[in-house]
Amino acid sequence: MPDVALATPPGMLRAAWLVARKDLAIEFRTRTAFFSAMVFALLGLTIFYFAWDATAVAAIDLAPGVLWVIFTFSGLLGLQRSFGIEQADRAMDALLGAPVDREAIYLGKALANIVFVAGVQVVALPAVGLFYNVPLGAVALPLAGLALLAAIGIVAVGTLFSAMAVNTRLAELLLPMLSLPFFLPIVMAAAQTTARLLAGRPASEAWPWLRILLAFDLVFVVACTLAFPFTVEE
Amino acid sequence: MPPEVVSSAPPSTSVVEAEGLVRAFGARRAVDGVSFSLAAGECLALFGPNGAGKTTLLRMLAGLLAPSAGRCLVAGVALRDGARARGLVGLVSHASMLYGALSGRENVEFAARMYGLPGPAAAATRALSAMRVLDRADAPVRSLSRGLQQRVSIARAIVHEPTLLLCDEPYTGLDEVGSAALTSALGERRAAGAALLLVTHNLGEGLALATHAAIMQRGRFARFERRGDVDQSLYTSQYRELVAADA
Repeated sequence: MPDVALATPPGMLRAAWLVARKDLAIEFRTRTAFFSAMVFALLGLTIFYFAWDATAVAAIDLAPGVLWVIFTFSGLLGLQRSFGIEQADRAMDALLGAPVDREAIYLGKALANIVFVAGVQVVALPAVGLFYNVPLGAVALPLAGLALLAAIGIVAVGTLFSAMAVNTRLAELLLPMLSLPFFLPIVMAAAQTTARLLAGRPASEAWPWLRILLAFDLVFVVACTLAFPFTVEE
Repeated sequence: MPPEVVSSAPPSTSVVEAEGLVRAFGARRAVDGVSFSLAAGECLALFGPNGAGKTTLLRMLAGLLAPSAGRCLVAGVALRDGARARGLVGLVSHASMLYGALSGRENVEFAARMYGLPGPAAAATRALSAMRVLDRADAPVRSLSRGLQQRVSIARAIVHEPTLLLCDEPYTGLDEVGSAALTSALGERRAAGAALLLVTHNLGEGLALATHAAIMQRGRFARFERRGDVDQSLYTSQYRELVAADA
């Protein structure tokens, strides 16, 4: 019999890191999803900018909503690709055949998606500041923390639905249809918190919204991690 | 009548031991009560018409499909044990199961890391070298020909030296060099004590490697016999009759 005793399958976190690193390497080589998301974000901002009547709505009132709508939809492009790259030559079979827990695959995919969404945010945030002439510098740090919290929620739900939708004929349509209703609490909480940050309101005013965001992240990261194996088991 | 239980090895020495495997999709039973066992170094050539359930059986043995009923042990580990059992199996399928944007070396190394091999880079080099594709190992997989992709795919499947190697038409797309490399690699795996399950439509190719031959029809083993008991020309004509009757 072959000696397989030397091989020690990676633990959950190590396997998740391997999957994330592989996904990021693929995205770095192709850059298709990132550039698509960037172009989408910038075009979206431009459209919102030209549709905006500055005499009717103040920039500081409009910017938070625009920011989170742009983040949400551009993030979907990355989520769509997350399991799309596994479908091309049924690489998913090799991934599922590996001696690692299914949860590790989900966590790895989610980690790569968070890096993707964060990358889009890094470019889109200054663009919003530029288009709407909103002073983001003073609130850059809390805004970055908020963006990360929101990204975790979006990615937790989106990664699970991406795995579910990828095997269907209407994957491009199904992912937004499934995900967007779940993104609603995140977008609401993030936009409300952003509005308060930009207006220089006290942190206590934003706290109730932040609590929603934190609770959402906690519940959906755990629930989606546990649900993932059932979405890929045949 | 199909054989109820076909065994070539006593259970204690079996590398793979399947018992009453069933996989149903709705009302249809793609695999309907398959039982067999293979000992170390044995090779089962599995033939059958399209839709007979061969690929479904392989996917169950690889841990990709849960059986509706029955059980399967790989080197004494139940497939139900999940990750541990999957680590003992290697799968070569119709699809390459590779990432086109990554190089062959990166693909095989990724697999080696996922199986927790010590020295994944060296293991990947060994596997790619065995499949004689080392000189193109650093090119993106999408730039390789179908045959070279197949060689990389086989390297990925054997990098962790699986105890049970499942091959679904592995010779498809391979040239003479690739075919020889595959035959040699399969021989090495068997010499090391692995069992091999080879699905093919090419009877000559399958029987040349096999210690056992089986014909699958409508989810069941219609025949299962030792290679030594098989007369190739008679077997070929009987197989053709069976396939024609099934059509």
